[in-house]
Amino acid sequence: MCRIRCFEERVAQLARSRRVHGLIHLSIGGEGVAAGVCCQLRDDDAVYSGHRAHGHAIAKGAPLERVMAELMGRADGLCRGLGGSMHLVDVEHGLLGATGVVGGNIPLAIGSALAARLRGSDQVTVVLFGDGAVQAGSFHESVNLAALWQLPVILVCENNGFAEFTPRSAHTPIERVTDVVAAYGFERRTVDGGDPGAVWEAFGEFLAVAREGRGPLLLECLTHRRRGHYEGDPEQYRDPVAEEQWRGSDPIVRLAGRGIAAGWIDQPGVDALGAAARVAVDAALQFARASPFPQPELSAELVYAR
Amino acid sequence: MAHELPYIAAINEAIHLEMARDERVVYFGQNLATTEDDEFVKAFGHDRVRVTPISETAEIGMAVGAALAGLRPVVELYMAEFMLVAMNQVVNEAPRFRYMSGGQVSVPLVLKAGYGFTAGWAGQHTGSIYGMFVGVPGLKVALPATAADAKGLMATAIRDDNPVCFFHHYLLTLEPGEVPDGEYLVPFGQADVRRAGGDVTIVATGWTVGKALAAAESLAGEGIEAEVIDPRTVVPLDLETILSSVQKTGRLVLVDQATRYGSVSALIAADVAEYGFSALKAPIKQVTALDATIPYSEPMEAYLLPDESKILTAVRQVLGSAAVTA
Repeated sequence: MCRIRCFEERVAQLARSRRVHGLIHLSIGGEGVAAGVCCQLRDDDAVYSGHRAHGHAIAKGAPLERVMAELMGRADGLCRGLGGSMHLVDVEHGLLGATGVVGGNIPLAIGSALAARLRGSDQVTVVLFGDGAVQAGSFHESVNLAALWQLPVILVCENNGFAEFTPRSAHTPIERVTDVVAAYGFERRTVDGGDPGAVWEAFGEFLAVAREGRGPLLLECLTHRRRGHYEGDPEQYRDPVAEEQWRGSDPIVRLAGRGIAAGWIDQPGVDALGAAARVAVDAALQFARASPFPQPELSAELVYAR
Repeated sequence: MAHELPYIAAINEAIHLEMARDERVVYFGQNLATTEDDEFVKAFGHDRVRVTPISETAEIGMAVGAALAGLRPVVELYMAEFMLVAMNQVVNEAPRFRYMSGGQVSVPLVLKAGYGFTAGWAGQHTGSIYGMFVGVPGLKVALPATAADAKGLMATAIRDDNPVCFFHHYLLTLEPGEVPDGEYLVPFGQADVRRAGGDVTIVATGWTVGKALAAAESLAGEGIEAEVIDPRTVVPLDLETILSSVQKTGRLVLVDQATRYGSVSALIAADVAEYGFSALKAPIKQVTALDATIPYSEPMEAYLLPDESKILTAVRQVLGSAAVTA
């Protein structure tokens, strides 16, 4: 979580100074979901993500320096600089794809889960999406298919109450995403996504079910999106959240508090994690800056598989 | 050795052979495999042959995900228009993943869809809409005109590591043809010169290939020898064969069942104008559907479509003949 937070705060700075030049969506406030879900998966478990994917990629094992290089459009980026922030793919670590169109990733996960079943493997597929995707047709069509075929897929909804710039209440009369999938017979649970321990425990139980080839399951994580929809979003659609209130929902602060109270970490330990993350992010940025931009010939080479 | 098969059966034969050859090939579709007597179910079982709900977005998106995860799906879509329901998956996901991932993944996927059913199926089931997929880098587009090509192009499509839109023409569904036995592959990007001739080049696709050949026979009676070329795949397009024919004839008529600006003929015309201009002795002529939705009424439907007489008129125009009627 510290690595994701530090990475994204640095990306925000780089975006302001245009050294990261494209469209950027940050997940600050959602690190508990990324860590609680992705850190429990194996490299051969498939994760599909969306436009807000940095945290998922890092938690799934994508090297910080290659994510940073990708965001800076460099040849040593995860996708050789051609995908960017919204389209992170890291096959080696099982990040099979992040898609930029809300809800577009959900059917892909269904196909991935089907492939695992046909192979007779115990690989699990996880797809992460926001509550905005739940109103998309692709969600409902995919949920139906996953239930019909009883696929080992875990849908993880990060419900931050905002679909891009619009509050959830303006999109749907159904408050809880778990209620949306109830009719399909999903195993489902809503947890406090700002509490990494709660996410870890609930997802761990779901993972054990999916590992046995059973499903589908839906975990709804209630989160707070600290930043706007994208970097540069003037956020006229919501009131600023007071620092005090934010600290109360910050998953890193909460987990640290829990750890200190329980005695398995102390404040210097927490500070050391933050410092180590800063060192790692500094190194990632150095790597990315040293990496060249992709050669023009790469473009024609990649349009079609030969 | 060869055997005679209807066009649609030749396609099924290719899918059957490829499924037997490679267990990663799976077949999804609406109204597919609804009985235990289905030849695909009997041969390959319900795991690999799956009926899907009327949910094109999930159906095609799921196939893209299955392809990313190592399967080689063939999706039966019936009507090309049904792909429009899932444009994000067809245009924005299947063909972009390989490129956006820097080449880490590929999407071996066949989207099988019928088109051009201009037999009273009216405005939403008759379109020749392949042109809108031709402009998408990463997609390949096949338009077989004969039973043999239908078999050979389908087998090639299934073995291709890219997403392929395989558009079969509904008016050719029961058209019989000689089909080679066993494994048969038609390479992509290799046009078929269906008739040789030195006076004029006619390029046609799908159902209009037959119209072009019939026109060529009429012209032969008048001493005009037309060369008829069927590109067979329009992505990749065998421009070389077309250009070398135009070098020889100096005259080009393009026949396409799509509306002019959604057609492949407009693209070929642009390429020949750019790369073969010095060989042209007359302006290129395009015979396409008129710019409208296909109407229900039979005479009105015929009025809009390319036919033999429109092709003859176009050929006479490029030959500078006075016999211009339309």
